[in-house]
Amino acid sequence: MSVLLSPCHRCRWATPRSRPALTICQRHASGVGVGVPTAFLEKRRRIDTVGAPLILGRSDATAPYPTPESVMPSLNTYRSGPDEAGRFGLYGGRFVAETLMPLILEVERAYGDLKHDRDFWVELSSFLTHYVGRPSPLYFAERLTSHFGGAKIYFKRDELNHTGAHKINNCVGQILLARRMGKRRIIAETGAGQHGVATATVCARFGLPCTVYMGAVDMERQKPNVFRMRLLGAEVVPVESGARTLKDAMNEALRDWVANVDDTYYLIGTAAGPHPYPAMVRDFQSIIGSEVRDQMLAAEGRLPDTLVACIGGGSNALGLFHPFLDEPEVRMIGVEAGGHGITTGAHAASLLGGRPGVLHGNRTYLLQDDEGQILEGHSISAGLDYPGIGPEHAWLHDTGRVEYVAVTDQEALAAFQLCARLEGILPALEPAHALAHVAMRSPVLATDHLLVVNLCGRGDKDIFTIADALETAL
Amino acid sequence: MSGAAEQTPVAESGRIRHRFEALRREGRAGLVTFVTAGDPDHGTCAALLQHLPGAGADLIELGMPFTDPMADGPAIQAASLRAIKAGATMERTLDLVAGFRQQDDETPVVLMGYYNPIFRFGTERFLDAARQAGVDGLIVVDVPPEEDEELCLPALHAGLNFIRLATPTSDDVRLRTVLRHTSGFVYYVAITGITGTSTADNVDIATAVTRLRRHTALPVAVGFGIKIPMQAGAVARVADAAVVGSAIVGRIADHLDGDGRPQPSLVPAVVELVEALAAGVRAGRDKDRSIGNAT
Repeated sequence: MSVLLSPCHRCRWATPRSRPALTICQRHASGVGVGVPTAFLEKRRRIDTVGAPLILGRSDATAPYPTPESVMPSLNTYRSGPDEAGRFGLYGGRFVAETLMPLILEVERAYGDLKHDRDFWVELSSFLTHYVGRPSPLYFAERLTSHFGGAKIYFKRDELNHTGAHKINNCVGQILLARRMGKRRIIAETGAGQHGVATATVCARFGLPCTVYMGAVDMERQKPNVFRMRLLGAEVVPVESGARTLKDAMNEALRDWVANVDDTYYLIGTAAGPHPYPAMVRDFQSIIGSEVRDQMLAAEGRLPDTLVACIGGGSNALGLFHPFLDEPEVRMIGVEAGGHGITTGAHAASLLGGRPGVLHGNRTYLLQDDEGQILEGHSISAGLDYPGIGPEHAWLHDTGRVEYVAVTDQEALAAFQLCARLEGILPALEPAHALAHVAMRSPVLATDHLLVVNLCGRGDKDIFTIADALETAL
Repeated sequence: MSGAAEQTPVAESGRIRHRFEALRREGRAGLVTFVTAGDPDHGTCAALLQHLPGAGADLIELGMPFTDPMADGPAIQAASLRAIKAGATMERTLDLVAGFRQQDDETPVVLMGYYNPIFRFGTERFLDAARQAGVDGLIVVDVPPEEDEELCLPALHAGLNFIRLATPTSDDVRLRTVLRHTSGFVYYVAITGITGTSTADNVDIATAVTRLRRHTALPVAVGFGIKIPMQAGAVARVADAAVVGSAIVGRIADHLDGDGRPQPSLVPAVVELVEALAAGVRAGRDKDRSIGNAT
């Protein structure tokens, strides 16, 4: 049989096709009929029908989301959110104090304009290439693959970015926005310090004063990052209120913003907060998934089968997943921080162990008690122990498009060590959670199964925590 | 409650309207006092509530405790945490109001707080229970007009006033949005900032209140940063009410022992402060000012 090569209109990649009459490749020609995708569509239909009236009194409550059957197969129904009110289904929104509303609306307008500004994307792309070091490689983890004996494991090496994590992708985008808005001062919150370092970095680069709010407890846990921020010229303000961790740092940043509305831009670090932040941060992080798509097509001639990423607020995972949401064959797994285990209550798994609520400007899944009081998350990873999660993840969880799992501190620690010894890479404790799930799932998958795990940060910052956990002296 | 009954709007209690009408007749502004429900404990808070009207509080704002009050300064944050630690719940907050109503059926009670505890309790259930307990209005900081369908409209339907915050960042266009479904009174936030921190300039407040009056016939209360009787008096000259929160809550904190238990001096000390604030408010209009023509 002759093999035809022509570009597929869904994955834009030339693949051998057995049915030349179609303009899509074999994978896409076999389409939605195989296994998991059918289940996705089935579950989605049910949620659309049952879920719609739950959208509290909205005028569009009865309008169902378009189903893949009712639209062009190439039109992606999972990527159209948020709506004009900033909602992903029930989640998201703009739950902020009135003082901040004009600012939120201003950011929304400015970002809306920017999205269609070609010059902006050219400028951003240039910084991502020459300053951040993108594209980050897609690396075939050969030794880990043969160790597990299952799926072909690829690492998306976002830990090789300038400042050592994916956070900088978003910071470069937002600082360019802040500059165009004429803002003269930047504030940010940080947990593990990675977002604080990335924000301090871009502020130094663009000559803007930077104030970073960080929980006093986190400052103690992440001293090296505190020092890095100060070296970069940022003011790091210890937050002594509440539980003195990330959620309190976010409260304090919001309080700062309320008090300095005229000149200050709040550079939020994850795909959460009031609209338009969840959508904007996702857009800036989607470079991760877009690169993976091209790189995997170049390496294997087809799209990946499974994507795995860790979830705190969820920006690295959304960045990887979002460009693939309309590919029903691509399975996606978000890995939450299970801490000591979901049943112990000491965890940071908002989706698996939390309930919907409203905090920090959006409705999403939260760790909270029966009275709606916010609970502290626990994770060995300071970057994951936030009691909430981005609203788009909440929606993707409810629709079933993305599968969410949790791994414990111990499992993450074991995966960290395995990765260090087999691949010569020290991952951050955050992506070590994703690796821990790969360790469980990979062995049972076929050897031609393509699995991508987002290595969203490097582990240098965590060596003290890990030494503690392993009860080893440095 | 049957489905048909749920369709019928509940009439508002009218206490807020009656109180502002009475103040207008007296030719003076009112004093709105804020305390956090269950702070420092349930019993002490109930005693405080009983004493507030006698000490000169014309309206009572009762804070619904929340772990993460983003618009509040250190004093009210601490009050929330004290109350939660002492076992405050939404049920008990409503019990405090119901208890207060047994001895006072005229002083308006407005619940102030954040959306999540209400959302968790169940919005419909909350509105119903609040109206039954004798609550007259709600101020929920993190539900702006963009989210009216979440809480504001259901609250109005359930017979509760929904009091919105107008701020220095609300321009004329924004004010129309803010005031659209506001009822009872308008709460003007005098500063861009959190509760109990900086203090606004009196001229700025006068200008802002005048601007608000061009947009609404509702009474205007002014709060955030009012700490001493003289400031309350200055606000009373131009506004229909002055709101004092952090100063009262701070006074509560001053009268706790090392273990956070209330000292016997607590209630008298708060009463004394409220009396002084009330005197300040009443003296504010002595220069023959009347509501409506303030500038």
